[in-house]
Amino acid sequence: MSSTETPAPPAVAVLRAEHVTKTFGGLVAVNDISFDVPEHSIVSLIGPNGAGKTTLFNMLTGLYRPTEGRIMLGERNITRARPDVITRHGVARTFQNIRLFGAMTAVENVMVGHHARMRAGLFGSIFRPPWVRREELQTREHARELLAYVGLREPVFDRLAGQLPYGDQRRVEIARALASQPRLLLLDEPTAGMNAQESRVLTEFMRKLRDELELTILLIEHDMKVVMGVSERITVLDYGKKIAEGEPAAVRADPAVIEAYLGKQA
Amino acid sequence: MSELRALLREWRAAAGKRLPPWSSRALAGFFIVIGIVLPFGFGSASGFMNATIIALAYAVMSLGLNIVVGFAGLLDLGYVAFYALGAYSLGWFGSGFFFKAQVHVLVSKVASTLPGVHLNFILILIAAALICAAAGAVIGLPTLRLRGDYIAIVTLAFGEIIGDVAVNGQSVHVGGGMTLTAGNLGISAVDAPYFPGIGSFGLLDLRPWYWLIFAILLVVLFVNLRLRDSRLGRAWVALREDEVAAVSMGIPLVKTKLLAYAIGAAFGGMSGAFFGTYYTEVNAGQFQFGFSIFILAMVIIGGLGSIWGAVVGGMVLGYINNYLIPDVLNTLPSKLGFNFQLTEVEFGIFGFLLVIMMVLRPQGLIPERRRRLELTAEIAPADAQLAEAPGTPGGAA
Repeated sequence: MSSTETPAPPAVAVLRAEHVTKTFGGLVAVNDISFDVPEHSIVSLIGPNGAGKTTLFNMLTGLYRPTEGRIMLGERNITRARPDVITRHGVARTFQNIRLFGAMTAVENVMVGHHARMRAGLFGSIFRPPWVRREELQTREHARELLAYVGLREPVFDRLAGQLPYGDQRRVEIARALASQPRLLLLDEPTAGMNAQESRVLTEFMRKLRDELELTILLIEHDMKVVMGVSERITVLDYGKKIAEGEPAAVRADPAVIEAYLGKQA
Repeated sequence: MSELRALLREWRAAAGKRLPPWSSRALAGFFIVIGIVLPFGFGSASGFMNATIIALAYAVMSLGLNIVVGFAGLLDLGYVAFYALGAYSLGWFGSGFFFKAQVHVLVSKVASTLPGVHLNFILILIAAALICAAAGAVIGLPTLRLRGDYIAIVTLAFGEIIGDVAVNGQSVHVGGGMTLTAGNLGISAVDAPYFPGIGSFGLLDLRPWYWLIFAILLVVLFVNLRLRDSRLGRAWVALREDEVAAVSMGIPLVKTKLLAYAIGAAFGGMSGAFFGTYYTEVNAGQFQFGFSIFILAMVIIGGLGSIWGAVVGGMVLGYINNYLIPDVLNTLPSKLGFNFQLTEVEFGIFGFLLVIMMVLRPQGLIPERRRRLELTAEIAPADAQLAEAPGTPGGAA
């Protein structure tokens, strides 16, 4: 009643985790997890609190190093790569508890997101030759476009990110992630703290991102309405282990999943 | 009070809109010209002139430390190390200290007949910057994994180590009877700056010294301003604000932090080299822990992270330390019937000033633009509440 029954994923996987394990001292936070994220898909990672979802995210983005296993980004092995290198290879993320640079404006936050795609170094920054000047201007312009794309309007652009309303902060964070021109976008509970209406808007927006920017999206989410509505595939974790995987309808009916969420029926 | 401030802000914004885009450049040019002609208004060897020169050199150090502490948020309590290394660069490459060597590059006729290493001051300045940048990176390495208080401890230790090396370096033999430093005896008879066509600087006319340090300050200021509004400057602030988010956005942690340490150290070294030649001696006794705190106080009083704040903070403390206390107010206590001189309690005075500043104006004399924006948060209290309370409807449009 688990992964064996699910149909084989399409051949092209943007991201592939193979037997990934992470232990903290004696605690096994993520236990031998393998899964694929097919290109141009939206995949959800769900599971009860403490199931190891964010730990897995942190390994995929290089913040943690897996104790065992391998993580492939396309043909590239990124298992032990630094976070900034992984970002350069096309992975961007948002955080569960928003982590904007509070003392920078919204535009500046997004410009930091461009870092991996800019070239100006120490001397370029000091002497500011024409190409650096151009790069700065284009980056600023592109940052504003991205902010508009995620649905923010002019007066917000130059306000400090830390002072923006919660929903706007979420949008800035997505814009900042998009700024690094990722192939794969990891969203860690993007609808946390949103009401039903806002969640629906965001769900639509995720589809738009996937289609317009040709992104692949991997999502951690608790809101089942969002998960079932948007995902093509779902991977379910519980106590660090993968307990189910497959299409939304199949996962929803899976007894192991029901048990993990509702407890074993007497 | 807050209404008054809001009004002032409005006026400032309105004025900013009306001024043409070249106005800031014109203003900068104006101040530079003022800076250049300023010495003609004072005696060429007056105490005020002397204090001004020292204050400008402090401003250079303050600008350097501001990059490390203000921009990148790495609390450095051992900055005196770079003052020491800069000064020793001058001692090594601009005096007869290495008496077995015979190296002369673009120096005055007198110096070129003397034994030792004698390089032109500009070359020494570059050497000091490079040596300190390397040392800055070395001190940066062990602190990379640390945060906050722990960085402070490691840098503090580094400052102490360099200070001890300076004192005990007279027992470190580098061959031919020469030692690494002269300890508390000091390396004396260092070369005065010499430029072809201008000649050597003398201690009777302080104006050339003033123009020299003013030029150094302008260069350092220029670099600071350029870096602040650049890819690198943003990366520093991002790391300061949230390290995890910053590296996840593609900022290389090691390289970016080490650059902050190295550049900050380089400026400290340049100022140190200037002090070496200006004081005509490089003495291990100059490099005390208290000096690190003194420079940190300049940065904080000026406004952490603010470039103009660092300049003003350095100048203000420089004038207080070298003019106001020793020259102007020193005899005040005895006039009031007390049996001490003001110079004996100068650290007490700085401590008092620091406390006063922290109570009345914690953001510093000239706060960083970001901090100023943060402090205008009262404009939108409703938004601030929303930001703190996730789940409140109405957040997103």
